Amino acid sequence: MTGPTSQWPLWEVFLRSRNGLHHQHVGSVHAVDAEMAVGNARDVYTRRGEGVSIWVVPSAAIVASDPDDKGELFEPALDKIYRHPTFYEIPDGVANI
Amino acid sequence: MSPTSEQLLSYADGALVLSHRLSEWMSNAPTVEEDIALGNIALDLLGQARGLLQTLGDEDQLAYFRDGQEFRNPLLCELPNGDFAHTMIRQLFADAWFAEVWADLAADNTVDADVRGVAEKAVKENAYHWRHSSAWVVRLGDGTDESHRRTHDALDALWPYRGEIASDHWYSRVEPVLAHATLTTPGRDAWTQRSSSDGWHTEHLGYLLAEMQSLARAHPGATW
Repeated sequence: MTGPTSQWPLWEVFLRSRNGLHHQHVGSVHAVDAEMAVGNARDVYTRRGEGVSIWVVPSAAIVASDPDDKGELFEPALDKIYRHPTFYEIPDGVANI
Repeated sequence: MSPTSEQLLSYADGALVLSHRLSEWMSNAPTVEEDIALGNIALDLLGQARGLLQTLGDEDQLAYFRDGQEFRNPLLCELPNGDFAHTMIRQLFADAWFAEVWADLAADNTVDADVRGVAEKAVKENAYHWRHSSAWVVRLGDGTDESHRRTHDALDALWPYRGEIASDHWYSRVEPVLAHATLTTPGRDAWTQRSSSDGWHTEHLGYLLAEMQSLARAHPGATW
């Protein structure tokens, strides 16, 4: 921070809504430290009983894929329909699947 | 010993008036996150006030149709927000008071079950309020030169209003936080403001009530 008008660091917020489910990204908050980030996440994102657990991660620690790499990263998967379980017909006689 | 209805009214009025003060920060807090945090605390306090007022009579009648001299809140709760440091020192003092109030009510089997229910819920709410206010006081007191100065000014201005709420328990909660925040109190023996139990208030309560009560008084029984 260089002065009082500087933005506080940004944190990404993940909530787990119920035991057994995984944390999901819900948004972000500004905070000066991790403790404040958890508090702000609690205040901003759990007001209607949305969560039982909070994770916060410095946004700067997120490593993102390059949007320009979209073609080489993701398009090859689009025509591989056999990777979806629904591609396969289940033979009659298989009881438990 | 069970609290008197006069004591319960002081808790209810303290929560109600402080809730209104915090609500004045809405849209004006230093950050949008803090705006929501203060709003959450204000709503918790409002819920606590309502819970107690409902055990004492008609909550709307008590909140909107009593005049200033009938209010029994500690003077601290009605003091203006000042800057953010001022609001956080006031909140620290009030949170430490309510921590003892709610814990005692919740643990007392002779207390009315409805009152105890309010207290049991409030204990958890208060724990978070305390975490919030004490973290801010440490952050501001042990922060920049300006934040330290402002927080110390707030401490000096509000310390004289501890008399109605301070107990040994209160001091034992508040003093370590202030020490951690590198703030020096004027001491337990320093002069303190008189109680408002005889109906005396600061000049600030009238303005607060005028705003809080005007709608209900202009449109009695209004609903939405």
